[in-house]
Amino acid sequence: MIFEYQVSGEDYSLAGRASSSIKKKLKQLGLPSDVIKRTAISMYEAEINMVIHADGGNIRVELSSDAINIVLMDKGPGIPDLELAMQEGYSTASEAARELGFGAGLGLVNIKKNSDHMNIHTVVGEGTTVSIILNLAVEGTL
Amino acid sequence: MYFHSVTLDESKCKGCTVCIKGCPTEAIRVQEGCAHIIPERCIDCGECIRTCPHGAKMAISDPFTMLEDYDYTVAIPAPTLYGQFKDTISCNRILTGLKSLGFDDVYEVAVAAEIITEKTNAMLADKKPGFPLISSSCPVVVRLIQSRFPSLLDQLAPVISPMELSARIVKEREKDRPGKIGVFFISPCAAKVTAVKTPRGFEKSAVDGVFGIKDIYKSLSKAVNEVEKEEPLSKASYVGISWARTDGEGSAVYSENHISVDGINHVIDILENIENGHIQDVDFVELMSCPAGCVGGPMTVENPYIAKTRIYNRESRNREKGGEVRNPVSLKEKVSFEWDYKLESSSIYQLDPDYQKAMQMMEEMEKIQEGLPGLDCGSCGAPSCRALAEDIVRGNASETDCVFKLREKIRELTHEMIELENYMPPGLYKKP
Repeated sequence: MIFEYQVSGEDYSLAGRASSSIKKKLKQLGLPSDVIKRTAISMYEAEINMVIHADGGNIRVELSSDAINIVLMDKGPGIPDLELAMQEGYSTASEAARELGFGAGLGLVNIKKNSDHMNIHTVVGEGTTVSIILNLAVEGTL
Repeated sequence: MYFHSVTLDESKCKGCTVCIKGCPTEAIRVQEGCAHIIPERCIDCGECIRTCPHGAKMAISDPFTMLEDYDYTVAIPAPTLYGQFKDTISCNRILTGLKSLGFDDVYEVAVAAEIITEKTNAMLADKKPGFPLISSSCPVVVRLIQSRFPSLLDQLAPVISPMELSARIVKEREKDRPGKIGVFFISPCAAKVTAVKTPRGFEKSAVDGVFGIKDIYKSLSKAVNEVEKEEPLSKASYVGISWARTDGEGSAVYSENHISVDGINHVIDILENIENGHIQDVDFVELMSCPAGCVGGPMTVENPYIAKTRIYNRESRNREKGGEVRNPVSLKEKVSFEWDYKLESSSIYQLDPDYQKAMQMMEEMEKIQEGLPGLDCGSCGAPSCRALAEDIVRGNASETDCVFKLREKIRELTHEMIELENYMPPGLYKKP
């Protein structure tokens, strides 16, 4: 099953809508709450990143019987030094974003920590694609 | 199996759809001209009581005549009771009036609240960083987390409520007294009635009955007026009294980084944020389902904001007089505070226990929803088009419950009829 979302880069107050919608669906599917929480945290972080750094983009979430596959694509500035960006505490978020409590420099680290697989493909000046996978192959629950 | 204090008076229900929209757990449907509360979903928040224009929703509590079944009765009033009277009327006067209604003694829940504060401080001292501790004192919040945010159950403080603690303390104190001891909560809150009948975290409540403030207010205010000699019954300090309002519990704990949230929709919003990991620098979260805190409870009589100011005034007067927390240490050690078992998810939103089946149902739901107008008008009796789609998939509704869908069907049928009207059986057809 596939769900697609357009994320606006204009409005901070709407950031997180897509993650909330997915979270609700996962609850309806009766997935273990640990999986739901990890999905919520990693997708939310990635969605927020899109709004702060890249003027929004598209999110595609595919639910299958053994995994949750989230792909976030933006046409933003790209990440010049991915290794640096992966460090805890590193952030290039604007002052306005920080004032709203975003941009603590934990985003990518948090995604990596909470997901089973994360891949970032980024080209400076073209955009970034973040792929996140959470495995569902838990014995007995499926 | 399910008991709820929040109920519907069918004779008053007009079948309008005002209540279904405001229900935070989508627990109400209008069918056959009358609202129905889905018991598994209701968390007794009382929002529908606030929104129903016809007064058809109500909170029921126990009959006062219940007192007759006991040999020795103790009233345990919520601190909110103090906000129902002008702050020039002393707490002792209010409690003396309350006692005169037929109780043998009075014990303030505010005193137990002070003990819980102490316990919370101990829990905060050895809490995992990065995971705010969530207060479990509001029974609506406990049920909300169980049903909608089960991933946060581990962060809920595993302690009994001040009401429950008060009742346990009274029962411990009076355990050698002969006869049947009855403890009665004087409540601003519908969910507390439910919490006594079906507790969470332990098997049986020590509270024997719950009387809504609104239900005894008439006789109580008369009794308070007629008090001749005030008894020194009030023992609580400003700390316990402050629990009646938003941020009372929150500001009483030793934490510079606590947040206090009131109103069920704000509570849901903050829980979403905690679940997303967006709230990190906070140690303690006080959540109150009602606006302004317990003073906004559905079984109060005074306006919540007026009551809140009165509570503030009583607090500052107590503080000026050097009021301090005096806990009955001897009793504390004999009474247990903690939940006997861990709360489990009540996962009422799950479409089906089988994941594959749930996936199929969700796919169908998405398809149905696409065909619905998306106006969330409520005419079908469900709160939104998405909720109707869910009801259809669950087999509890049909697509033609939607007035727009019905209209579409009628149009199709009419077109078909008009088309058929052009045809004549050959035997009837005559050349012009």
